[in-house]
Amino acid sequence: MILDPLTQPRPLRARSFGVVQKILRINWLFVICVCLLFAVGYSALYSAAGGSVTPYANSQLIRFLALLVAMFVIAMVDIRVIAKTSWFAYAVGILLLLVVMKFGHTGLGAKRWITLGGAEIQPSELMKLFLVLALAAYFHRASYERIGQWPFLILPALVVLVPVGLILKEPNLGTAVITGLIGATVMLGAGVRWWKFALVLAIIAIAAPVLYHHLHDYQRARIVTFLNPGSDPLGAGYNIIQSKIALGSGGWTGQGYLHGTQNQLNFLPEKQTDFVFTIIAEEFGFLGSIAVLGLLFSIIAIALYTAMSCSHAYGRFVALGIATNFFLYCFVNLSMVMGLIPVGGVPLPLISYGGSALTAVMLGFGVLMSVHVHRDVEFLPKDF
Amino acid sequence: MRRDTKERAGFTRRALLVGTTQLTVFGAIAARLYDLQVSQHGKYATLAQQNSISERLVAPERGIITDRFGTTLAGNQQHWRALFMQVLTPDPQTVLENFYRLVPLSDDEKARIAEDLAHRPGYIPVLLKDYLVWPDMAAIEVNTPDLPGVIVEVGASRIYPLGSGLAHAVGYVARPNQREAKNNPILTLPGMRVGRTGAEAAQDGALRGTPGFVQDETNVHGEIVRQVARDGGTPGSTVTLTLDVGLQALAVQRLGDNAGAAVVLDAMTGEILAMASNPSFDPSLFDKGVPAATWAQWMADPKDPLQNKATSGLFAPGSTFKPTVALAAMKSGALTAETVLTCPGYLKLGDHVFWCDNHTAHGSITLTTALAVSCDVFFYQVALMVGIDKMADMAHQLGLGIDLGADLPNVAAGLVPTLAWARGRGIHWVKGSTVVQGIGQGYTQLTPLALATMIARVATGVAVGPHIARRIGGQLQNGSDPNDWPALDIDDRHLAVVRQGLFDVVNTPEGTAYAARLTLPNVQMAGKTGTAQVHNNTAAEKQRGFNDLTMAWEDRPNALFVAYAPYNNPRYAVAVVIEHGNYGAQTAAPIAHDLITYAITHDPAGRDTPLAVPATPPAAPSGQTPS
Repeated sequence: MILDPLTQPRPLRARSFGVVQKILRINWLFVICVCLLFAVGYSALYSAAGGSVTPYANSQLIRFLALLVAMFVIAMVDIRVIAKTSWFAYAVGILLLLVVMKFGHTGLGAKRWITLGGAEIQPSELMKLFLVLALAAYFHRASYERIGQWPFLILPALVVLVPVGLILKEPNLGTAVITGLIGATVMLGAGVRWWKFALVLAIIAIAAPVLYHHLHDYQRARIVTFLNPGSDPLGAGYNIIQSKIALGSGGWTGQGYLHGTQNQLNFLPEKQTDFVFTIIAEEFGFLGSIAVLGLLFSIIAIALYTAMSCSHAYGRFVALGIATNFFLYCFVNLSMVMGLIPVGGVPLPLISYGGSALTAVMLGFGVLMSVHVHRDVEFLPKDF
Repeated sequence: MRRDTKERAGFTRRALLVGTTQLTVFGAIAARLYDLQVSQHGKYATLAQQNSISERLVAPERGIITDRFGTTLAGNQQHWRALFMQVLTPDPQTVLENFYRLVPLSDDEKARIAEDLAHRPGYIPVLLKDYLVWPDMAAIEVNTPDLPGVIVEVGASRIYPLGSGLAHAVGYVARPNQREAKNNPILTLPGMRVGRTGAEAAQDGALRGTPGFVQDETNVHGEIVRQVARDGGTPGSTVTLTLDVGLQALAVQRLGDNAGAAVVLDAMTGEILAMASNPSFDPSLFDKGVPAATWAQWMADPKDPLQNKATSGLFAPGSTFKPTVALAAMKSGALTAETVLTCPGYLKLGDHVFWCDNHTAHGSITLTTALAVSCDVFFYQVALMVGIDKMADMAHQLGLGIDLGADLPNVAAGLVPTLAWARGRGIHWVKGSTVVQGIGQGYTQLTPLALATMIARVATGVAVGPHIARRIGGQLQNGSDPNDWPALDIDDRHLAVVRQGLFDVVNTPEGTAYAARLTLPNVQMAGKTGTAQVHNNTAAEKQRGFNDLTMAWEDRPNALFVAYAPYNNPRYAVAVVIEHGNYGAQTAAPIAHDLITYAITHDPAGRDTPLAVPATPPAAPSGQTPS
């Protein structure tokens, strides 16, 4: 191919960069935002333990540092190499979901966890990342015209629906919905026509009552509780009430670090995981909450900027998928904490205590950084 | 290339749309946060204040006290009581008014509750009413919605199944006073009691246990929604006393209406097998609060029912002090078994005459006879030979006038005077003071417990100390084994002479306590009578034909008797003091006789389980001669 400098917006490079060059090309603002968010999380966990680095804060720090190294290592890997492993990763993800179904252990009434190399992981978290990689790889080769043809969409639809079905089976309604939405967003970014989304939405609206019928009792209880928190003040609704009290008692500037009564008096069971935001909101008030929201959104904004500034389709779709994944974590967690949607075990990424979601998010960030580092390498559809 | 650019522009459009949507969602979240945190802050801040996991402490069950064979002497009885946790309601005053309407309380009680509410930390509930009766319970249960924070639960009250007979030895418990409560807030828990006297006080730490807690979660309306956690705490340990309830009951029964005390020791270990003090009181009254009339009556009683006369009553030992004088004299070399002293019926010192008892002239006698007939003049002379300090030294060695380290509260050390003590008090010590010291009069003041220890030490030659806790939580305490005690630093030959004298007191016809000799086969008791004057008869009184039987009760001499048995193999030591009982031989010795007889036949010493069959039939009434 002869390169025409007039039609070429930027010089594309067939070859990759040296390591030093790659390091210079890392989006350091993004790294700073990630570290800042973790620092917020660390102090919240310190507070959750009543002003102690044990048992949460320090063990989370060790995890984070290990994953930070992993993130940088992945960022150094050529995005085209990552692309070539997309389907393999997807297959591994499906396999893990099958394994968890068969051998996984139960936590909080659902089979979600397996132990890999001593660490507990939740395959559905990794599956979201692998799904993004697979869809990006599929649409990377597609032209706008082919995407308009519906038979071309059968395979990606299956690619999305198989893991969604497996996750629903666990059962983990929240993660299943998130996985579906991530798939849908990547497909939207790839150029799937608007009316097709409208059609799917209509089908879901019709099927919803039927689906509701097939939900597990505890899932239905969550929805009922959400619609009327007072109906079960001792059960699921209790968390929502306590969480809202924690947020509401924060006021403009909060009750002061380590002085949140709801937090320090242990009203919320497991507040260090899903309800960690209540600690920040109670102790630092509205201003603190907004600052954290701003940090969270700057991660999303940088990821979207990475997507838009990438010269190749694979990188664009991957970055969009990862941005959406992060956004959905935040959205579901925050809405849940504020009583806007039913409670469902979704942590606040980088802040909540726990390794599974942090691992998935940080590995995704590694891929995202690799996209940014390799944003203008030559990566044509036929190269894949 | 154009297609690529067009696709990229399309992607950028869609990505921007996605980004805008997500930003909008974040905006909505921020708006909701503003609504919750700023607009509705007042509402939620109030809710947060009312919201609590209320933790309250629960009093542990107090350990029980048993005698050495496991008979319960102090136990717990369950009853219902109403408590109030004011943190559970925003309006405690209304709740209290509702409660008072259902369960009327006296103004004193209401004032006490108000006081408690003002000063207690939130995790300690305030007692509203103890000993709820059924109509109260029903009224509270039916009106639960009007009484948030009121908790009805089972409490324990202290009961003493054997009542007043053991009141002094076992002691009693009462609600902690304000100073105690201030030092240890745990004590303010409803149901917590503090041991005030006896073993209840001495073993308070072991009996008390560790409090548990209940964590109740309350909802935003201040109602308890569930119990989060409950920890019953650790109940207090069972304290097994050295007492034998049978022997104790006999001691109480034999003291009868007399004011006085009786102590029976295991002579080889110092274990207190019986300790009675008369008159006594109902120890369970303190748990609920003593009625004012009863209290006034106790205070007005000249026989002082609240005093444990066995440990705190101080008496001149009288002639029971003579064995000590004899041992001191033999140790100093001034006296041997063969020394003969003459008693003309009086001793003239300067222009003062010290009479022998009843002005009797005993003639020329040795130590054993002097003990047997209780010749005062003999001991006047011995006292002058030995001197006050050597007598005090021997007394201290025998456990008189010192702190015996007994595991009981308020044990008086008593006093055996020394020259140093007299100097310290500015007392001019004269020879006459030494003379009366020889017969246990004058400044000497001793407790029945000390006298029992003295006679046990004389009997065994071992420095046993009295103690009352045998096992705590099943653990045998130090001192319950004869090997726990060291030998006395007293020549065995001296002890043998004194023991012979004490044997003669009881077992020879001229002995002062011959009437109280044992009627058991092959077992003899040795002892010493004592009759201690408490009133100096004036010349005018003597002229009027004043004698011990016609004088007022409180002027009569105290009657004492100390003894041990079996003579050949001493195991039981006893001291009996009858206040104003006239003659030791007459009133105190028969009681000692009965106690020793019971002890020998039931043989409780060294054992935790009663003998299946008494070794011999119960004692025959005193006065019978052996067949």
